[in-house]
Amino acid sequence: MATSTTNAQAGEGPSPQPDRQGAGPRLGALLHRLDVKGAPYAFVAPFFVVFAAFSFYPLLYTSWISLHRVELATLDVMEWVAFDNYVELWNDARFWNATANTITIGVISTVPQLLMALGLAHLLNYKMRGSLFFRIASLVPYATSVGAAALVFTMLFERDFGMINWMLGLVGMDPVNWEADKWPAQVAISTIVIWRWTGYNALLYLAAMQAIPADRYEAAAIDGASRWKQFTHVTVPGIRSTIVFTIVLSTIGATQLFGEPLIFGQGPNGVTGGADNQYQTLGLLLYEEGWKNYQMGRSATVAWAMFLLLVLVFVAQRLIKRLRSRTS
Amino acid sequence: MSTVHRSARTRAVGAVAAVGALALVVGCGGSDDSATGGGKKDGKITITMGMFGVMGFKETGLLEQYEKENPNVDIKAEVAGDEQTYYTALQTRLAAGKGLKDIQGIEIGRAKEIVDTQSGKFADFSDVAGADHFLPWKQSQITTEDGKVLGLGTDIGPMAVCYRKDYFEQAGLPTDREEVAKLWAGDWKKYVEVGRTFKKDFKGDKVAYMDAASGLFNAMVYGYPEQYYNAKGDLIYDTNPAVKEAWNLAADAAEADLTAKLRQFQPGWDPGLANGTFATAVCPAWMLGHIGEKAGPANKGKWDVAKAPKGANWGGSFLGVVEQSPVKEEAKKLVAWLTAPEQQAHIFEKQGSVPSSQKALETPEVQNVTSEYFNNAPIGKIFGAAAQEIPDKQVLGRKDGTIKDTFSQGLTLIEQQGAKRDKAWKTTAERIEKAVG
Repeated sequence: MATSTTNAQAGEGPSPQPDRQGAGPRLGALLHRLDVKGAPYAFVAPFFVVFAAFSFYPLLYTSWISLHRVELATLDVMEWVAFDNYVELWNDARFWNATANTITIGVISTVPQLLMALGLAHLLNYKMRGSLFFRIASLVPYATSVGAAALVFTMLFERDFGMINWMLGLVGMDPVNWEADKWPAQVAISTIVIWRWTGYNALLYLAAMQAIPADRYEAAAIDGASRWKQFTHVTVPGIRSTIVFTIVLSTIGATQLFGEPLIFGQGPNGVTGGADNQYQTLGLLLYEEGWKNYQMGRSATVAWAMFLLLVLVFVAQRLIKRLRSRTS
Repeated sequence: MSTVHRSARTRAVGAVAAVGALALVVGCGGSDDSATGGGKKDGKITITMGMFGVMGFKETGLLEQYEKENPNVDIKAEVAGDEQTYYTALQTRLAAGKGLKDIQGIEIGRAKEIVDTQSGKFADFSDVAGADHFLPWKQSQITTEDGKVLGLGTDIGPMAVCYRKDYFEQAGLPTDREEVAKLWAGDWKKYVEVGRTFKKDFKGDKVAYMDAASGLFNAMVYGYPEQYYNAKGDLIYDTNPAVKEAWNLAADAAEADLTAKLRQFQPGWDPGLANGTFATAVCPAWMLGHIGEKAGPANKGKWDVAKAPKGANWGGSFLGVVEQSPVKEEAKKLVAWLTAPEQQAHIFEKQGSVPSSQKALETPEVQNVTSEYFNNAPIGKIFGAAAQEIPDKQVLGRKDGTIKDTFSQGLTLIEQQGAKRDKAWKTTAERIEKAVG
């Protein structure tokens, strides 16, 4: 305790200075205190003010709207319905369908994506000619807009004249109805996601891999570890925190999946995620309620359900982690 | 001293940062420009317009012509491609009272909702002279119960059937448009029967009889005065025999595999047109332009137009003027001019949108129009006659547009997902309940 007091006094050491200048001693001290204590807050204020205006306020307003029955055309007419929207959503088969689709598309797109990124990063980590070219090339899909990528893939997966069905035909397979059948549609959408994000994740892994000291590999090599053993026992543990980071990012991204299925389904059919809602994600359900049915209250309810779902996922993740560290 | 200097600077920077952050936020909601962008300045009048799709006023040079004839008027037109996007934005702007244009286009599927919920925000046209040249049913759709007229009619969507002559010939069917029309005269059921014959006798493969079951469904439903709502505004789609009949016939066509299983107006439809994967399409007049463009020069002369079994009206629009416009009278004058018989006839000649003006329909300019692309079919006569067959009264409902899309999807369930028609109907009904809230 004693040390901290002296420290604090030492910290306020220069305070007599304004005294010497003859200005009001109290005011000077106050200003100075404000400066020392307040300035940091002022510096971080821009972020938090913008955050409050564009994230926190909308969050609160959305929850307020979700307790009402509101139509887009008449936003000023709000009818209080308490938690009716939530109850209705809970009993709505479309919600559970969308949740299931979000999870399955999330898994189909995230798991191969991260595994491929890991492999790609491992290859890029070798010394080779034109490595810069390959590194830049792997980032190009990430720089492509969702709209452009989804549109091109939609044409590739087209039923009658798409290139993929044409190639299947060349090897004697029947054409696949990529849009209308549930699993092909989900695979097609996942393909777009995988194509866009694999390179980005690979570069994150690559950066982490390059931070692993070379002597670890040397030591492993001296111990007689094969390339594969080196990969599993040196590389992967070395980039574990980056892997966790990409999993978190991908999970958030998968929960909010919206643009790809919307464009893939084309027009009103995309909004509902196919005629049978076979690939309607939660993001699309939110959009359908808000901008096709014009029911803003129900739309806001879906938004909150998505938010709560994410919170739930991370709480579950924490619990699992704690349980595992306790058992081990 | 250096401490004082530094802290003074940090203090200043901190204050600037905080003020800047606040300014950023305030700036976003700051401007209170409630005007429509139009106005009068130095004797010059600016009128803004918001439209969707291909309404034809800008595309056929009418706006330029008006500016030339009225040198003090400057028109700024903004055209959104897709009507659904346009309407969503319009609703948001009406609710906020900001960002509106002086003149706004209104599609027929939205007319009832505008009349019911937004009539206060649109100017009244009932006092405009010389606006009595429209088809009797057209203006009533945009008139409120107490007689306020919220806009003037632009085009309508009378129906015909577009067909591929070469495919009909290969299937041993007649190819002359008069004889083709006789095959299904008076009954849509006959149109489907011809389809069964076509499927049986057509030699090549991978050509379906029609593009989508939803086209047939819409054509049938829009042939009746009451569709999804009755005059009192109650939803009657589930008891209306007209809807049920159309649903069953469209489902027949889907189950008999007569359709190419496409979704109309979506990108997948276009390669179907370009590669000729179907032999007929039920076509409202405004669809001809799209078919010509997407089927391309390679298919010129292969398509023809025959009279539809029954009259119906699918689509069409209105132009309204918003109440808060600073140049309301001038904008109303412009709308009256754009929808006058001469201008409607001009648009029909240039791009095939059929006039909603009875007077324009009767002029030789409209009557004598032929379509070069569609084998010189006399589209003026065909659609002019079809316009007279449209039921004299048509009841619109608030969610007509959304319900139509939902039914189209319900038919896709039968066509593509192989659903049974009863189950598809049940799903459709559930979705409509959700959509009407």
